[in-house]
This record gives sequence, C-alpha cells and structure tokens, in this order.
Amino acid sequence: MNNKHVKRVDLIFEKVECRDTMKKIMNMEPDDICQEVLESDLKGRGGAGFPTGLKWKYTSLEKESVKYIVCNADEGEPGTFKDREILDQVPEKVFCGMAIAGRAVGAKIGYVYLRGEYKFMIPKLNEHLDRFHKLMDEYNHNFRIYIRLGSGAYICGEESALFESIEGKRGEPRNKPPYPTASGLFGKPTAINNVETLVHTVMIMKYGASQFKELGTKDSRGSKVFSVSGDTPKAGIYELELGMSVDEFVDEFGDGDTKAVQVGGASGFCVPRKKFDETIIGFEGVPTGGSMKLFNSTRSMYNVLHNYLDFFTEESCGQCTPCRVGCQQLLKGVEAVKRGDKNSKYLDELVKLAKTMKRASKCGLGQSVGNSFGSIVENFKEEIIY
Amino acid sequence: MEMIIENELVKELANKHGRTRESLIPILQDMVVHNRYLSRQDMVDVARELDISAADVYGTATFYTFLDTEVRGKYVIRICKTISCAMKGKNDILSTIEDILKMRLGETTPDRKFSLLEANCIGWCHKAPAMLINDTPYTELTPEKVTEILREYIKK
Repeated sequence: MNNKHVKRVDLIFEKVECRDTMKKIMNMEPDDICQEVLESDLKGRGGAGFPTGLKWKYTSLEKESVKYIVCNADEGEPGTFKDREILDQVPEKVFCGMAIAGRAVGAKIGYVYLRGEYKFMIPKLNEHLDRFHKLMDEYNHNFRIYIRLGSGAYICGEESALFESIEGKRGEPRNKPPYPTASGLFGKPTAINNVETLVHTVMIMKYGASQFKELGTKDSRGSKVFSVSGDTPKAGIYELELGMSVDEFVDEFGDGDTKAVQVGGASGFCVPRKKFDETIIGFEGVPTGGSMKLFNSTRSMYNVLHNYLDFFTEESCGQCTPCRVGCQQLLKGVEAVKRGDKNSKYLDELVKLAKTMKRASKCGLGQSVGNSFGSIVENFKEEIIY
Repeated sequence: MEMIIENELVKELANKHGRTRESLIPILQDMVVHNRYLSRQDMVDVARELDISAADVYGTATFYTFLDTEVRGKYVIRICKTISCAMKGKNDILSTIEDILKMRLGETTPDRKFSLLEANCIGWCHKAPAMLINDTPYTELTPEKVTEILREYIKK
C-alpha cells in the first residue's frame, strides 16, 4: 500500500506458537494478566468498544466459584466477515485467547457461539479444539471450550441475547444491569469477548502492552481487522492501524467515485463525501466493528436505507415496543415519503422517532437503528424524497 | 389410555445432547438437519422428552430463522438479500434460480427437493452475491455459475 496513512499490519493473522504463550501465562498471576491487558488500552473489537482489561478485572473480582468465558463469533452485522476469516486462519489463537481470559478471571469453561451461517466451519474447528485441549492438559490448565451454534438470528450477537440462546431460549436481550461480568451465562460472572479481541490479547501477552500501544491513537490503540465491501476494487479483509480518516481510507479502497462510506454496518454511521476528511475511523470518530461499505455515485441511498430498515424490521426480536414498532414505522415512513403520500417534513418526524428508539429501546439493536437512519436522511435527504 | 408413539429421533438426540433446557436448541438444530423442518408433532415430542411445555419449544423454535417450522425441501437455498449482495446482482441470481427450478421465492418444490428463501447478511459481502444451500456457502455468483451449481443439485 502506497498511502502512508493507511498502514497494513500483520498481527491478528501472524502465526503464533500457542504453547509458548500458554507457558508464559501459566507462570503469571491472574491479576498481572488483567493488568497487562488494562495497560494496553485494548477496546473490544466487536463494535461497542468496552475496555477488555476492565471487563476481565470486573469478572475476576466476582467471588463465584463458577465463571465463564464466551467468545462471541455471531458476527452478523451487515458488511462484517472478519471473524470467520480469523477463525478459519488462526483458530488456535482464538482458543488461546479464551484460555488467557480464563486464567485471568478464574473461569474453567469457555463457549464459542458461532453463527449458524458458519456451520460449515465446525469440523475443522473441532479438530483444532481437540489439539488445543491436549495442550491444556499438558499445562494442567483445567480449561474446556464448547462450541454452540446460532440459528440465524442477528440479535444473538447482543451479549445477553447470546447467553439466552446458549441457555436454550429465545434470543431476547436482558435488562442491564446486572452486566455479564456479574451475572452472565447461566447467571454466573461471564467475560464475553469478540473473536478479534481475544486474538489481540494473545498478541499483547506475546509482545507486551507497550508495543501494542505503539500503533493507533490515544483513543483507539492498536490495529483492527476491517471488512471492506461495496463499490471497491479491493473488497476483502485488511488489518490496518487505527486512526486513519475516512478520506485516507477512500484513497486506498475507493473506486474513484465514492460518494459515501457506511462505517460500522447497518447499525453504524453513513459518512458522506464532504465529511470524509474530518471523520476519523475509531472511537474518537465513528467506531466500527470492522464493517466498511463503500457506495459510489451510481447507488441510490434510498435503496441503501430501505435495505437496512428491512433488515432491522426482520431482525428486531420484538420484545420491546420502541424497537419492534419503531423499525416497522421507519420502514413504512420512508416508503410513504418516497411514494409522495407524505411530504418531506414527515422525515423530521421519523428522525424524532429514531431518536426516541435510541433512548427507549432495551438493547443495542433498537438503540442504533437511528445511527444509520439519522446519518443517511441528514446527508442524502433529496435521494430519500425524490 | 393415550397411545404415545415413540419418536426415535427425538430420543436419540436427547441421549446425545442431554435433557436439560440448554440441550433444546442443539436438539432442534439436529432435527432440522434430519427432517429439514420441525413438525408440530416433533415439537410436542421434544417437549415431552425434555419435560418442558410444548409452547416453550414452539416459542424457541419460531424465534430462530434456521429452525424452520414449515415444510422445507431437501435442499434449502437461502440467498443473501442484504445490501452488498443486493448491489451486486442478487435479483438476477434469484430470477435465474426461479426459472431453473420453476418456483418462486418462499416456495418449496412439490417433490420437496428444493426450498427457495432469502436470508439476511450471511457474511460474504466481499464475494457478493452469495447464497447458502443447506450449510454450504456459494459466493461470487453469476447466472451461469448458479445454473451450474443447481445442475449438480438436481442430479443428486
């Protein structure tokens, strides 16, 4: 890559001898592991960006004898496909990250919740898991991992819905608090991390927190795996240093005619061309779980918005009214405006509804519908109306 | 006395996965692999085997898209309809399949060989358009490619 601001990194997919990492962490105090991850400033790579070290610390402080580690491999955000690639290329590192987390918080059981769409990966994952368990035995690390499959429900990527699903129930998010660190899977303290986050902890254990922090910015340390799709000649998976602007990203991945970039998938934000320069991809600007979709001038942003709303209407679990009814009304609303049955002022009403959903919905799904809705309507109003 | 006809598959799967609540979804998932869908009777039988209410089984099954409670074919085709696939010609792929299998979206062929459904993002956006046939993903589809793929399935 020639662009000096878009820096390729190769940490996530770097082959690591997990045996060495295990040896190292088995000689470390659990508290020191938490501390090292805390010092790295690593934030969760699933999208929400909660500090991983804090999550582990809180879980470790709980005085329960049974605790769990859960690897969230339910990546369902439109435009995200990096976790599959990670699990395909370096599964042993994901398991190793779970073992590190287990050691850090005092958990003996881990679950990988893999989305049903990736069921074809199970035989290979099981082979790696057998090898991993043998390695655990060698180090007398009493830690076992079980793989559970989803069944085509986007909402199960929400942590508490995911717990419900593993428990054999409808994947309906729970009220928070209590947070998973206190009461998660089966009501026990649980550290739940994204696939990529867990692999980062392996690299932090290998190279140290200070080296991890050399990459990225103050608010967004390290590197991140991006899933790039849409109108780009370079669709694919790229690990990049955090801290670049959308402009720099588009220079590298655009097709020369990029008019908007959707950062963070359907639940993320739409950045129009005029804001490429000022928008940083990261926790100080627009955060992303990795999904980067480029749209060029041939695309109708009405179609994009309609597609997202259709997605949310289907994937809302239906449990809370603001999200269930809100998604349906936003979809009907933009259709009515497009048909001309409602005038353009009605869009303002819909934006208000999306804001209400943000405040009143029970979980992240309903709370984030307004991100894409608000940013697309605000920046591409004429495309929605005409 | 009510006659209870043993559901061998349910028994076998309960032996394999257990009879606690967290065994429910793995059991239902395996039943779908065997029968392609969950019949009302199957759900009642699972409820009896796990000693939970049939309403709980039905409620759980109907929550999950892949736990079909309607009759499905031996091969369930799920075409991704989310934005990247929609942008890269998903509709052409859909109409090609409809033409070849002489069926519409949402239908199952009378011989119960194929079902044709849409799915939300299946995670192959960089290789759009994509679809699943049962568990197998097919990516970078073109009308020619999908014709070729279906020809193989028709022969099976």
